[in-house]
Amino acid sequence: MTTPGPPEAPSLPGVLGGGGGSEGTPARVVARGLGVRHASRRAWALTGIDLVVEPGERVLLTGASGAGKSTLLAALAGILDAEGAEVTGELTVDGGEPRGARGGLGLLAQDPDSQLVMTRAGDDVAFGLENAGLPADEIWPRVDQALAAVGFPYGRDRPTQALSGGEKQRLVLAGVLARRPSLLLLDEPTAQLDPPGAALVRAAVARATADRTATTIVVDHDAGPWLPLVDRVVEVVPGGLVEHGAGWRPPSRTAGLHLPPAVDGPVLLSAAAAGFTYRGSPVPALPPTTAQLRSGRTLAVTGPNGTGKSTLALLLAGLRAPTTGRVDAAAELAAGVRNREPHRWRAGELVSRIGTVFQHPEQQFLTGRLRDELALGPLRSGEHATAARATAEALLERLGLTAFAEANPYTLSGGQQRRLSVATALATAPRVLVLDEPTFGQDAATWRELVTLLAEQRARGCAVAVVTHDTDLVEALADDRLAL
Amino acid sequence: MTSLALGPALGTRLGRINPVAQLAAIGVVTLVLLSSLDVVTPAVVVAAELCLLPAAGLTSPRDLWRRTWPLLLGASSVGLVNVLLSEDAGVITGVGLGLRVVGLALPGVLLVATTDPVRLADALTLHWRVSTRFAYGALAALRLVPLLVAEFESVRLARRARGVEAGRNPVARARLLGGIVFTLLVGAVRRGSRLATAMDARGFDSGITRTNARGSHLHRRDAAFVAGTVVVCAAAVALSVLTGAWDPVFVG
Repeated sequence: MTTPGPPEAPSLPGVLGGGGGSEGTPARVVARGLGVRHASRRAWALTGIDLVVEPGERVLLTGASGAGKSTLLAALAGILDAEGAEVTGELTVDGGEPRGARGGLGLLAQDPDSQLVMTRAGDDVAFGLENAGLPADEIWPRVDQALAAVGFPYGRDRPTQALSGGEKQRLVLAGVLARRPSLLLLDEPTAQLDPPGAALVRAAVARATADRTATTIVVDHDAGPWLPLVDRVVEVVPGGLVEHGAGWRPPSRTAGLHLPPAVDGPVLLSAAAAGFTYRGSPVPALPPTTAQLRSGRTLAVTGPNGTGKSTLALLLAGLRAPTTGRVDAAAELAAGVRNREPHRWRAGELVSRIGTVFQHPEQQFLTGRLRDELALGPLRSGEHATAARATAEALLERLGLTAFAEANPYTLSGGQQRRLSVATALATAPRVLVLDEPTFGQDAATWRELVTLLAEQRARGCAVAVVTHDTDLVEALADDRLAL
Repeated sequence: MTSLALGPALGTRLGRINPVAQLAAIGVVTLVLLSSLDVVTPAVVVAAELCLLPAAGLTSPRDLWRRTWPLLLGASSVGLVNVLLSEDAGVITGVGLGLRVVGLALPGVLLVATTDPVRLADALTLHWRVSTRFAYGALAALRLVPLLVAEFESVRLARRARGVEAGRNPVARARLLGGIVFTLLVGAVRRGSRLATAMDARGFDSGITRTNARGSHLHRRDAAFVAGTVVVCAAAVALSVLTGAWDPVFVG
């Protein structure tokens, strides 16, 4: 890690004014004894934050889920709800309130789809410049410059819908940089991207911030990949901040992980040349694929985006019917049902035999309370109410969520939602578990908990299938591998 | 919603007409079609609109069907209901009403099929002084529609995975659909507020007068397009009056 050199002069004359800091002059950020408490919460989201970020510095702000990173970022961006939050201490951007410095702020958030406005790439970059009232003839040179700065590979006319996640996120970054922010805030900008997409975005950030015309603060619980391109690493911990020295490395999430071993069992579910093509589509979403799920073992399905990994998960889970080939349950799994093909089973029969965890947990929640959410599957599969409630309580206890039993699933943090979605699938004790990217965007603690939970299921004779980009997960858990 | 999700076909000849000229023409057509109850006027107008289909790039029957089936369904049911239920309405009146629905809605289909929504927002804000907050806000929201369509399917499958399925019971089906729509709405509101934050951070609606990088220019062809529409409508009315079919709605 290096100390920042003097900021270089911007290559085009500055045009955007802004409350704090003029364009092209990096901002200085100072926090002294900062604390934030959200309305209706008893605990402080953030306390004792002391931090000075010098102009042009690139700082990584890391910490576990729920440590208060997002709150600190919202405070820096000046978007903390004034009535909804109680703030103590001091936080300034270039000596003034963050709210007043918003003209010089650049913000890159997680989800590219909720940041793009226009239908074409160039128009989207121009959007922020139009808002700043820049004359039209000055806009396009700056659009081209910003697109080049992030290494955007297409022309201005490229439809935004035709871009991959990583490309979209690079485009959003170009739109942010075109405004020449003095403070650039990146909020887990790669959390929703596959590894190649994430690498693209980090490369674009490295390239675009190399001239130090903006002070850059990256917020991410996954510190490792950012280390080569930041000057300092600061970790948010309960009660304040810890500054990590040069050479610091995040602890490995697999270190000291002891998992119960796989047990060899019979085949429970098999796909024989099963493929899927959407109606009217000329190319198959999944070409004919053969796979076997064995009791007590984990199958890891890997491969780049667009090869049909998630589609295979839907076929194995009995949620879609294959358009070619077959998916068949072994007699043991299909006991009590007349048909061998899971997609023909009624939902109530399916839920006690195959548990599925989707990529986005919030799409799976059906009730307004955690307790009801966990009891739902057992009730649907025909269990008695008392038994279902007992199962729900046991799972809440096991996952450390008992304190939230009455809470609405939507109000949980990302990591808690993920654990809950896995727990709802386990509630009916299915013999087969199918999970799509279960560790996506999770911090180290949640990661270890999920992996342990899955290994326990494997040890009790469950057949586990995971679709994933996560090489650590494959390393820790996979007994069989299928690369698409 | 489906025709919105289809998106515009870019680079068509009709697409080169400025969106405000298209809207003005739609205004003229609407006025004329709503002022009489005969069958001749809408027949001429619809015939003229059909002549514009090739210019809108809608030549394959498949494309045409995908964009117009809700409209055709609506038009035929309006015609049929009037013929069957009204005592004094004959087959001719029913056909006239059906044609009128087609004549009113087809220009909208043509506009959506040929116009990049961004150009529409540009034209509305620059020529008609529509608020930029409204126009570009609506534009951003429009981008989220295809995402909702894709999400609907995931949420439906996720419910089956949780053991929730309607089967053949229509009441259960309606309840399930209601639940899915609610889940989608919650997601849409959350995504919408994230989008608003992102737009805000890029200086949207910050009080500075917004400029427009693309501009929106009115050409002679735009004036000709509106004039042509007026001529066709006048011809339709003249023909209707001459054949004695004219049946004005506003009789003093």
